[in-house]
Amino acid sequence: MSDPSLYKDRVRVYPRAVRGVARRVKWAVLVFCLVVYYALPWFRWTRGPGQPSQAVLLDIGHERFYFFAIEFWPQDIYYLTGALILAAVGLFLVTSLVGRAWCAYACPQTVWTDLFMRVERLIQGDRNARMKRDQGHTDFAKIWRKTATHAAWLGIAFWTGGAWIMYFADAPTVTRDFWRGTAAADVYVFTSLFTATTYVLAGWAREQVCTYMCPWPRFQASMLDEHSLIVTYESWRGEPRGHGKRPPALLGANQLGANQLGAKPLGANERGDCIDCSACVNVCPTGIDIRDGSQLECINCGLCIDACNEVMTKTGQPKWLVRWDTLANQEARAAGRPVPFHLLRPRTLIYIAALVVGFVVMGVALANRAQIDLAVEHDRAPLFVTLRNGSLRNAYTLKISNKTHEATAFAIGLNGIDGAALSLAEDSEDHLPHLTLTVAPDAIGTYRVLVFARPAKPLDAAQDLIFTARNARTGETAAYTSVFMGPTAHATR
Amino acid sequence: MPTKIEKDAVSGRETTGHEWDGLKELNNPLPSWWFWTFVATVVWSIGFCIVYPSWPSLHSYFPGLWGYSTRDGVTADVAALAAQRAAVLDTIKDVPIEQARQDPALMAVANTAGRIAFANNCQPCHGAGGAGRPGYPALASDRWIWGGTLSDIQTSITYGIRSGHAEARVSQMLRFGIDGVLKPEEIAAVADYVLTLYGKAPPSQASAKGQAIFAENCVACHGETGEGKREVGGPSLKGAVHLYGDTSAAIIAQVTNPRMGVMPNWNTRLDPATIKALALYVHALGGGEK
Repeated sequence: MSDPSLYKDRVRVYPRAVRGVARRVKWAVLVFCLVVYYALPWFRWTRGPGQPSQAVLLDIGHERFYFFAIEFWPQDIYYLTGALILAAVGLFLVTSLVGRAWCAYACPQTVWTDLFMRVERLIQGDRNARMKRDQGHTDFAKIWRKTATHAAWLGIAFWTGGAWIMYFADAPTVTRDFWRGTAAADVYVFTSLFTATTYVLAGWAREQVCTYMCPWPRFQASMLDEHSLIVTYESWRGEPRGHGKRPPALLGANQLGANQLGAKPLGANERGDCIDCSACVNVCPTGIDIRDGSQLECINCGLCIDACNEVMTKTGQPKWLVRWDTLANQEARAAGRPVPFHLLRPRTLIYIAALVVGFVVMGVALANRAQIDLAVEHDRAPLFVTLRNGSLRNAYTLKISNKTHEATAFAIGLNGIDGAALSLAEDSEDHLPHLTLTVAPDAIGTYRVLVFARPAKPLDAAQDLIFTARNARTGETAAYTSVFMGPTAHATR
Repeated sequence: MPTKIEKDAVSGRETTGHEWDGLKELNNPLPSWWFWTFVATVVWSIGFCIVYPSWPSLHSYFPGLWGYSTRDGVTADVAALAAQRAAVLDTIKDVPIEQARQDPALMAVANTAGRIAFANNCQPCHGAGGAGRPGYPALASDRWIWGGTLSDIQTSITYGIRSGHAEARVSQMLRFGIDGVLKPEEIAAVADYVLTLYGKAPPSQASAKGQAIFAENCVACHGETGEGKREVGGPSLKGAVHLYGDTSAAIIAQVTNPRMGVMPNWNTRLDPATIKALALYVHALGGGEK
């Protein structure tokens, strides 16, 4: 009894080098992404004394995120939510317009896999050399080339893992401490972790990540429609595929323009433009055959387009047998109809609208962000205290956020109960209409404050009391509605 | 032991040789990794019994070669915690208490240390946040029997009230009723008078009679007008805050057979730095006096 295997065997992919427009775009985006990733933490930004001088810094320990001129407090975390939503809608829009451009060029998995493949090709040679070596017996050349490849991969992976840490700690400091051995343990742990993940994912897992691990290919189908730009094979012109020379008269016979009325039926021994050279398969980083149509494994990178164009140029046939196109266009071309082009469709318009609304809301919210915040906690025990003279006292903990970079005095006032007076808990014999509390720059000041009142009418257990905090320098004000409590049937005397 | 090993025709596995009414059991032995893991745990347990406390005896137990004890662990942890706290508490130990109040950094330490010490030691009687309860004074209010300055509070905590310590604060109220000093109707008249002191009842003929008795018996400790005398621990009878209640019945009960609460002296239980932190914390609950 032999169990049928539940797992598909992995077929090793040996992508061949290729030149062309898609490859040039891929290199350009790759270099751009990597330069930004590795260099951004070293970018400096002047914020004043006592403030970090790193332009982009996620300072978890001090609960601050710095992004150039913008500083985020933990209370601002919903901006992160907004940014993620915008990123998601942006991705939807790009996908519905130009297919899986993200997967093809900008996804970190693609970028690092591409980089690792480039390194592999430099050390071990192109597709044929690599396949031959892997199948051949182990000799010195094989050993040193393999060792050199993995060493180079680990080097890149380490650099990648190290750069990750620099987003969370001052880059020059953490680099120096790292090599001196004095950095925090988690710096070493996370550097090792991201070194390992980069090495494994880009060196070993590669297209398996896209095919089996990533959820995106699974639901991107809902963003795509017949008007989305994808990588297509013009089967109406390529088929029937086959080796061998085409009669000069038939070269490109099926291409649009040569026959405006659509594909001309071919004779029994005639063949289409596809010479079945497998160049498109050999260059594919995920090892698929684009001629089978759009499929889940296809990341839409277009390297097969470059490969086919190279071949078509050599054989003197018209290029773009494999091309970026929409399914609707392909159908029209095959039928000889004029090619429609629908960039603006309900789907894309909705995504654009969502994107614009999101950006405007986020931008306005960010621009009008308060530099002040007031939170008031009423004491839980005791809820109220009766004083000798029969008046009531409630205690509150005030938390005043000073988001400015200067020490600031805040005037605290009360609203809602006539004759209510304030004091600091440590100076309970003062009874003042206003308190002035000072908060250090870029910090939260916590004060315990007492409120004295003798309500004119019986309290119904609690009544609203509004605290106001006013920045004495800028005049910015924040208010917080709390309660003043007393016995339910407090009799005034 | 099975007497005969045969192969099952359907599955191709060996049987155990056991048969029940024609049903035969297939031999599915444990995976070897499972079996050897089990053996390893048995071996491990033998070592465990040797080095750790294991076998009980009639009066004690075998302590194990390593002499491990969870109790020692707790003691060490408590000592380590005390040492860790000492680093912080030492900062306020030698500073005069009035000066500590002016220093926000020291007050932060005092408020934290004081809050924890209060919850552990004081809260059962004085209530959370010093709210007080009948018979146990509210510490958050501005009504103090023995004084509400920092040093008053520190002294009360250190030596206690009627605690038996030589330095303890002591005051005693006579048992006017059960010792026969005053007759019940005289006590009732005094109660009528006391009610007028805080406006619970209007002055009356009875209260006027009570005022005369009050002047003879009570003013020594409670003051001419019931304002209290802190130097002898005579509570104020005026005002809206009362330790044992503000009703006529409560006053009569207290005069007849007084309750006199006891607070322990905490100097034997808490170190001076903790007591100082406690005093600063209680003072800042809201009733502290300058």
